[in-house]
Amino acid sequence: MLFFSYFKDLVGREVTVELKNDLAIRGTLHSVDQYLNIKLENTRVVDQDKYPHMLSVRNCFIRGSVVRYVQLPPEEVDIELLHDATRREAR
Amino acid sequence: MATEEDSAVKEPLDLIRLSLDERIYVKLRSDRELRGKLHAYDQHLNMILGDVEEIVTTVEIDDETYEEIVWTTRRTVPFLFVRGDGVILVSPPLRTA
Repeated sequence: MLFFSYFKDLVGREVTVELKNDLAIRGTLHSVDQYLNIKLENTRVVDQDKYPHMLSVRNCFIRGSVVRYVQLPPEEVDIELLHDATRREAR
Repeated sequence: MATEEDSAVKEPLDLIRLSLDERIYVKLRSDRELRGKLHAYDQHLNMILGDVEEIVTTVEIDDETYEEIVWTTRRTVPFLFVRGDGVILVSPPLRTA
């Protein structure tokens, strides 16, 4: 539940989701669920010339299992809070 | 006297706990490697890393000479969530002399 809570706190921030098929989508985090499925708004594909598939897509639902990385905004993240939550969580 | 449950190393995940807030090396599927500071992880090995360098290794075979050309692509990301199902191994960073 650690990362579910973490992503809930990030709702409204700009993130870049990199999928396992190498597609990278930048957008505003709209919502997340326990499976870390992600809904993004105002999306733009990062390399639009290479991946023209989603030129007109502005909102999308991404299945959590196809995510490779999520590039996160580094500011306003309390790292100590993350460390403490991890120590409590990881079993 | 106090049962030091928190610092006892009993299972593999406890070994990773020792690396919290330290730099680590992560080997991923698809010939990728990461080096970064471990900020968070869970039992799935989902992780959050800071100041990350990603190294992607590709092998090309020359059509004529059939020699293997191995090349790597690097990039850095300030703050990265990594999904655990792509993780192969986690280790302290390898010392490159």
